[in-house]
Order: sequence, then structure tokens, then C-alpha cells
Amino acid sequence: MTAPLDAALHRQARLSVSVALALLVGSGLLLLLGLGIGSTGVESLIAMRDDPVALQIVRDIRAPRAVGAWLAGALLGLAGAIAQGLFRNPLADPYLLGSASGASLGVAVALVALGATPHADAWLPRFGLTGAAFVGATAAVFLTLALARGVQQTMRLLLAGVVVGVVLGALGSMLLMLQPAVMLSMQAFMLGSTGFIGWSGCAVMALVWLACTPLAASLSRVLDALSLGEATATSLGLPLPRLRGILVATLALATGAAVAQTGLIAFVGLAAPHLVRSMLRTTHRRFLWLSSLMGGVLLLAADTLARWLIAPQELPVGVLTAVLGGGYLLWLMQRRVAPGVS
Amino acid sequence: MDGPTTRNAACHRPGLGTRCALLLCIGVLSWCWSTAHAIDIVDDRGMRVTIAQPPARIVSILPSLTEMVCQLGRCARLVGVDRYSNFPESVRGLPRVGGGLDPSVESIVALRPDIVLLATSSPAAARLEALGLVVLAFEPKRYADVHRVLEQLARLLDVPGAQQLWRDIEAGVDAAARSLPASVRGKRVYFEVNGAPYAAGTTSFIGETLQRLGMRNIVPAELGPFPKLNPEFVVRADPDLIMVGDASFAGMAQRPGWSTLRAIATHRVCVFDPAQSDLMVRAGPRIAEAARAMSQCLLRHLP
Repeated sequence: MTAPLDAALHRQARLSVSVALALLVGSGLLLLLGLGIGSTGVESLIAMRDDPVALQIVRDIRAPRAVGAWLAGALLGLAGAIAQGLFRNPLADPYLLGSASGASLGVAVALVALGATPHADAWLPRFGLTGAAFVGATAAVFLTLALARGVQQTMRLLLAGVVVGVVLGALGSMLLMLQPAVMLSMQAFMLGSTGFIGWSGCAVMALVWLACTPLAASLSRVLDALSLGEATATSLGLPLPRLRGILVATLALATGAAVAQTGLIAFVGLAAPHLVRSMLRTTHRRFLWLSSLMGGVLLLAADTLARWLIAPQELPVGVLTAVLGGGYLLWLMQRRVAPGVS
Repeated sequence: MDGPTTRNAACHRPGLGTRCALLLCIGVLSWCWSTAHAIDIVDDRGMRVTIAQPPARIVSILPSLTEMVCQLGRCARLVGVDRYSNFPESVRGLPRVGGGLDPSVESIVALRPDIVLLATSSPAAARLEALGLVVLAFEPKRYADVHRVLEQLARLLDVPGAQQLWRDIEAGVDAAARSLPASVRGKRVYFEVNGAPYAAGTTSFIGETLQRLGMRNIVPAELGPFPKLNPEFVVRADPDLIMVGDASFAGMAQRPGWSTLRAIATHRVCVFDPAQSDLMVRAGPRIAEAARAMSQCLLRHLP
């Protein structure tokens, strides 16, 4: 009786490999496209050989920006897939456990501290807003964990995440009220932007991505088991609390790294796993990788469009992630509902 | 045998000594010359910038800094501005490089500026510096800041007369104040920056202008430069006159309890159009002009 099952598994494996290949090829094409698109147009790419400024634009601005957008999207896609698997909730996103408001609060605190000592040549400016956002995002998740007294109960964890998100968000707003001077800088962070990513930021995100994705994929059995319900997962004999803890830490790390480099970019983490799910059903080991690749493609596509649509000006990338991801998802849903299909 | 071999070879020979001294003098002089002309500026972040000569290509992504550069007579050296820089008229034709908070790094680099002027709140400074551009961050917030930044920019651009420019600005504000009769002095004013409502406090540059015009601000100094007020606070303070931009004025009378405010009931409201609002909220070289616009409105509305 295993023959049909084997065949189905084989088909599924083939499908996921081809989707992965398509996403990789798409990423490659978008990266190349990203090198040619920007406010100075494709001329920079052509003039690159003789003109040092054109070379700098392509090599040090467009290239890290495109790579960075892909990496940030990949991190968010991964985090979204982990969150949705962990909480068995299709609405879960990377910011569910308080990362976003934690990062905002971190940035606000850093801005106020920087503003209070404008001539500080100490560690704070060097550590900078990037570090503050990362620390804020991860600290918020661990605060959520502490308040939920661990990861055993999904409901507790979710509620604690919501509470931490709201309370830290409120603290951030209060800080802004008291120090309106930092409001403009804060707004820049909340907008989210891929425009300021350099090679060093890319390196950090690449390291985190290379650490987090295999780690999460290696723990994917937990997510597979959880999709059958918590009781089943426990009955399978998995050391659930510990593995879940590691997954939450991975989620926090991936989200924190992306948020620190790009600010708050919405929707990629939510949409990427759904886009993958609408194409194929597979085990979490493949699903995590595919969601991550999908997130990368989504944010890179949005970033490329943001630079191209009204060039030489730019659109906010967050607007495009929502329109692109949301529009595509809606289209897929419509197609699925249509009679005769499925 | 303490001959020339034991001493420094060339300079000791008679005839060559004077030539050596001359060369030395020229060397020292040219060194003095070059250091005298190297421009050394510390910006509002505490960053020290040293450049050999005044910048020929400037990108400014803060409207007040754009205005200062132009006021100092170096408008022609601007090669790019942010999308909010709209004064003087001549900067409108320049390439736009995005907003101060979301500038396009690529556009700025492509303009090959010798220096980029931006606000300390701009997130772009670190990225631009990493790309090898020279960046100066200033954020003028009060009169003293405008004075200081004007002087810094004058040093940067190597133009004389920043002191005179500042004296003219001060004189302009004083003249606006003198144009007001004694009956207007001491009236209580509420300046609304936006409808949240945020007010211009006593310690903001707008508050400073009001103070110099002899007005009293309904917002006490301890609330800071731009406090968010409870609408009730304004109703209770019942100002003699309100100053507000036209966008924010639209629904003002409909706010609960505000229709009974004396200023609104008797139409003592200075409503600024967008161009005037820009003038009012920029801590730049046009604060005297802003003071004049305020004083004219005060004359129109107060007996």
C-alpha cells in the first residue's frame, strides 16, 4: 500500500525542488535587474568601466541594496514560516511576539540617549541604532517568553506577545511624547527602508540567515508534529519545550537582524509562507527554506519596483510589499475558489 | 679638521646658505598658507570635518540649510536639494534627491557633491559617509542655533559677512516688534504647529519670535519646545489670538468647546497659507520675514 504514497511523496519532492529552483532563478534575475535600476538609470551600469562614480553606484549602492533586500526578505519569510508553524495560526507573523515594538522602543531609547549627549564619542553612536533595534527586538521576545513562563502553552505565549507588543509600543510613544525632537528620526525607522543597506549590513544578515535557516529546518519535525496538535506532538515523544524554545529564539534572531537593518517592513513575513502554501503542500523542512526564498524574492521584487516605478524618485518599499504580496495572494485565492480547479 | 664633511653638507657652503634659508621660508609659508585655508568644522553630531577648500558642489537635504546657503550667496553651488526645499525660487529647478528622512543615496552620490548638508535626524549620514562623501549635519532649532549654523556655513563656504547677516536678521525682528503699538504688547497667543494639537512652546524659535514681538505664549516654558497639548488646556487658557496653518485651521471651530474661545468667536485667528507656514516653521535665515508676517497679522487682528 505504500506505492501511491511513495509516488505522492516523490511528486511533492519534485515540485518543491522545481519551486525552489524557480525562486532561485527569480532571485538571480532580480539581482541582475537590481544592478541596472535606480535613480541614475541603466547608464550607471554601462558607464561603470570608465566612471568611478558609476562603478561606486553599482558596486557599493545598488548591489548591497539588492542583496540586502533579498536577505532581509529571506529572514522575514523564514521568521513568518516559523511563527505560523509554531502557533498553528495562519495570521501569525514575525512581529507576533513583540519584536516590532521592542525594536521601536530600542531605537527610541537610543535616539533619546544620543540626543542627550550629542558630543558623545563613546560606544553608543558606534553601536548605533542598528544594535539598539536588534537588542530591542530580541529582548521583547524574551520578555514575552518570561511573561508566558516558557513556551509550553501556545495561548499564553500569544497573549503575552500581544501584551508585550502593546505595552512596549505605548512606552515608545510616551518617550516620543516627552522627547518630540527624536520623532522625525523615529518616523524614518518606522517607515522601513532598504535604501541604506551597505555591505556590512549584508554580511550580518547573511551570517544570521545561514545560521538560522538550517537550524530551523533541522527542528522542522517539531513543526510537523505540532501541525497535528499539541497532544499528538507530545505523544510522539519530542522534547517539545526545549525545541520550541530554540525555534522561538531563531524567530527572534532572524526578525531582529532584519528589523535592525531595514526598519519595520510589513507583510513580507505574513505573505511569503502563504504564497508558498498556495503553490504546494510539503513538510516543514522544505517549507521553511521555500518560505525564506519566497520572502527574499518578494522583498527584492518590491525593492526593485520601488526604485523603478517613479524613478528618479523612490516609493516606500513597505507600500509595495503590501500591494505585491497582497495582490498576488488574493489572485491565488480567487483562482483556487474558482469552480473546476482544485 | 672640522670641515664641511662633518656638518650638514649643502647648506653650509657659503652662498648656498641664503638660498637654503629662502627655500625654508617658502616651505614654511606655503605650509602656513595651506593650513590657513584648510577649513575645519565641527557639526551638530560632534563630527570634525576638514576640507582643503570651500566645496564647489553642495547637496542640501534640509530646507533651512538650503536657505542659509542661498542667503550666503552660494546658491549656485547647490547641485541637489530635498523635495521640501522650495525657497528661494532658483532651487526649484535643481535635481531632487528625496526627502530628508528618505533620501535616495544613489541620487546623492551621482551628483558627486563635495559636501552633503543634512539634519542630524536624517538616517542617511552614516551610509553617505561610508560611501566616502563628506557630510555635515546641522539641526537649527533656536535663534542661537541659526546664528551658529550660519557662521559655520559661512566658514565652510569661505564667505565673509555672516555676522552682518545675523545682525540684519536681528534688526529685522526688532523692527517687526517696533511696528506693534503698545496696546498689542502682552497679548496672549497660541501658536498651533499641527492639529494633534502640538503647540509652539516658549523655548521653540517660534516662541522666541513671539517673545521678541512682545507677545505672551499661553504655553509655559517648562512644557518644552513643541508640547502636545490637551485641547482642554487651550480652552482654559482662552488666548487673545491664535496662529495656525490653514490645514490645521479647517476643523478648529468644531473641536469640542473651541467655538466659544474668544479668539475664534471674534475671528482673531492668523491663518497661514502653505508658503507662509513653511516660512514660520523653518529655523533658517528668514526668521525676520516670519516675524514681519506675524506682526502684520497681529496689527490686522488686534486693536
